[in-house]
Amino acid sequence: MNLTAYLAGIGGEIVDIWPLARARLPYAEKLIGDPATGVVHGGVITGLLDHTCGIAVMAKLREPLPIATLDLRIDYMRPAKPREDIVAECDCVRVTHEVAFVRGVAHQGDANDPIALCTGAFMLIRGGVAGIAVAS
Amino acid sequence: MSEPFSLIETIPYCAHLGITASVKDGALLLTMPFAAHLIGNPVLPALHGGVIGSLLETAAIAQVIYETGGAGLPKPVDITVDYLRSGRGVTSYARARIARQGRRVVNVHAQMWQEDETKLVAALRGHFLIASSSKDQTAS
Repeated sequence: MNLTAYLAGIGGEIVDIWPLARARLPYAEKLIGDPATGVVHGGVITGLLDHTCGIAVMAKLREPLPIATLDLRIDYMRPAKPREDIVAECDCVRVTHEVAFVRGVAHQGDANDPIALCTGAFMLIRGGVAGIAVAS
Repeated sequence: MSEPFSLIETIPYCAHLGITASVKDGALLLTMPFAAHLIGNPVLPALHGGVIGSLLETAAIAQVIYETGGAGLPKPVDITVDYLRSGRGVTSYARARIARQGRRVVNVHAQMWQEDETKLVAALRGHFLIASSSKDQTAS
């Protein structure tokens, strides 16, 4: 559940799920978004935060349910420093019957000096999607 | 730098995701064929939300380069992605338009779809900083 093809493909790993979901992503050439500076692509940060927020939701659910991102807002505070790991830490703030609300931060060792902040909402898919089996 | 096609392909993360750019009917179009390493939910299977966000953000950046031709890549300030449908295991497309261009910041809207352009999979709104012509911005 934690190691999806996407996360494995970018070389990230989930290192904790409770009380905060935490993922670590080592720097790699294939993550670069600006070849002139070596800074990783913003989409890498989006992907890592989206994934880690999803883990935070699943860790908070009392029963395993498939989830789907409804929306995600990312504020990019500063470019990630090249050749340093990126850490994402996400918290599921509230779960309702249908929707879970999350917030998260991406940083490089100091959460008070963030690369990016995010807030988002996930749908909880109860009873499965039409024609699609429920994940367990 | 104003040539977005070759530029997109020189970005390692875009190459990792398999994103290419072309011009169709006078507008920039980004294409991302399906691949196993783009999956976020193996049960459905569905594209990872991060992949969808990455394609949209790349479409926004490419559009800004295409229209402004500024020096250096536009830097994202903030983005909001609305996920409207599950991204299925087929080719994805994205295009963007500039809603407002200021001197330093651009507001961009981007959309992604798969087989039917009227059935959007996701939409992005975002702000990007562009290098001003009067003051050369150093890479950060």
